Amino acid sequence: MKHIIQILGTGCPKCQNLTSIVKDVVEENQIDASIEKVEDIEDIMKFNVMMTPALVVDGNVVIKGRVPSKEEVLSTLQ
Amino acid sequence: MFDWLEHMAQWLVYDVFGMSPKNHLAKAIDFFIYDSIKIVLLLFTVVFLMGIINSYFPIDRVKNYLSRNKLYGAEYLMASLFGVVTPFCSCSSVPLFIGFVRGGIPLGVTFAFLVTSPLVNEVAIGLFVGLFGVQTTILYVLSGVFLGTVSGVILQKLKLERFLTPWVKEVLANAQRDQERFEEEKQPFQKRLPIIWAEALKILKGVLPYVIIGIAIGGLMHGYVPEGFFEKYMSKDNLFAVPVATILAVPMYSNASGILPIVQVLVDKGIPLGTAIAFMMGVVGLSLPEAMLLKKVMTIKLIGVFFGVVMLCIIVSGYLFNIIL
Repeated sequence: MKHIIQILGTGCPKCQNLTSIVKDVVEENQIDASIEKVEDIEDIMKFNVMMTPALVVDGNVVIKGRVPSKEEVLSTLQ
Repeated sequence: MFDWLEHMAQWLVYDVFGMSPKNHLAKAIDFFIYDSIKIVLLLFTVVFLMGIINSYFPIDRVKNYLSRNKLYGAEYLMASLFGVVTPFCSCSSVPLFIGFVRGGIPLGVTFAFLVTSPLVNEVAIGLFVGLFGVQTTILYVLSGVFLGTVSGVILQKLKLERFLTPWVKEVLANAQRDQERFEEEKQPFQKRLPIIWAEALKILKGVLPYVIIGIAIGGLMHGYVPEGFFEKYMSKDNLFAVPVATILAVPMYSNASGILPIVQVLVDKGIPLGTAIAFMMGVVGLSLPEAMLLKKVMTIKLIGVFFGVVMLCIIVSGYLFNIIL
C-alpha cells in the first residue's frame, strides 16, 4: 500500500530536520510513499495541531511538536 | 559548586602557561576558560531538564482546560506559566496562537502566553544560571511570568480582535470551547530519553558559537575595561537608560545567546541590574523574525500595539528593578 506522508511545519530548523529523517527512512527501507511538505499555516491548522513540526501518515497525525527518531518514523509506516 | 573549575582554569593559565596574574591578557584567558566551560555545562543541564518537562507536558489538555473553565483572571497567569514550559521555537507560536483562538480562549490570555513563551525559554534560563547565578535567574523568570500576565490583561482591555487577519477572524467566529479528545502519546521514559538528549545536544550546538564569541568578548572586556567605566553613562539616575536599552535590544534577537555573556560583564562593570534585565528582556522576548511570523495572523497595527505594550511593561519593570535592587 502506498503511504501518503505529510510534514507540517512553517519551515523552522526542526521541521527541516523531520523532513530529512522521513526521507532517509523512506529511502533506506524502500517504502512506497509520497512525501509532501505543508508549510502554509492555514493548511497546517486544518490538521488541528498546535505544535509543529508534525508528521501525518495517511491523514492521521502521528507525531507532533518534536522530532522523532528514525525507528519511530519507521514504526508509523508499518 | 564550580570551585574545581576555577582552580583548573587558574592552574592552566598561571602555572601551565606561566602567565603573570597581573597581566590583563592572562586575566581575560582565565575568565574565558572558566566561564565558557561552566556556562556550557549549565546550559546543557537546563536545556536537557526542560526537554524532559516538555516531553511530558500535556499542551492539548491545558488548552482545553483554559477554554472550558472560567478562572476569574487566573487564566492570564496560567497562560503565562504555560509559556515557560513550551519549548522555544518561534515557528510553534503561530500554530499555538490559532489553537488558542479556535478554543475560544480570550485574545488577551493568548497574548499572555505569546509574551512569556520566547521570553522565558530554556536557553535563556541556562545562560542566566551560568552567568548571573540562581537568584537572578529566579528573579528573571518570575518577572517574565508577571510581565506576560500584565501585558495580557492590558491587551485584552484594548479589544484588539478587529485587527486580526481575515482568516483568523473567521476562526474566531467559529471558535468553540471544544472538548476534543486528544490521543496521548504513550512512550516509556527510556525511549524518550535518547530523543531528548539528542535534541538538547542539537540546541547546544546551535547556540554554542554565539555563546563562545560572547564570552570571549566578555573576557576581553573583563580584563581591559576598568571597574565602574559604564556608570558614567548608564547610572540609575539616568532616566533614559532603561528605555534606550529596551529599544536597542529589540533588533538584536538573532544573537541573544552571544549578547547575554557581554551583558553580564557590563553588570560587573557597573551597569544597574534593572537596566540590564530590561535590555535582556528586549533581546530575548521581542524579535523582528517573530513579528514576521505573526504577520500571518495579525495586522501590522496589531503587531505594533502588541510590541508597544510589551516594551512598555519591560521598561516599567526595568525601573522597578533599579529602584528595588
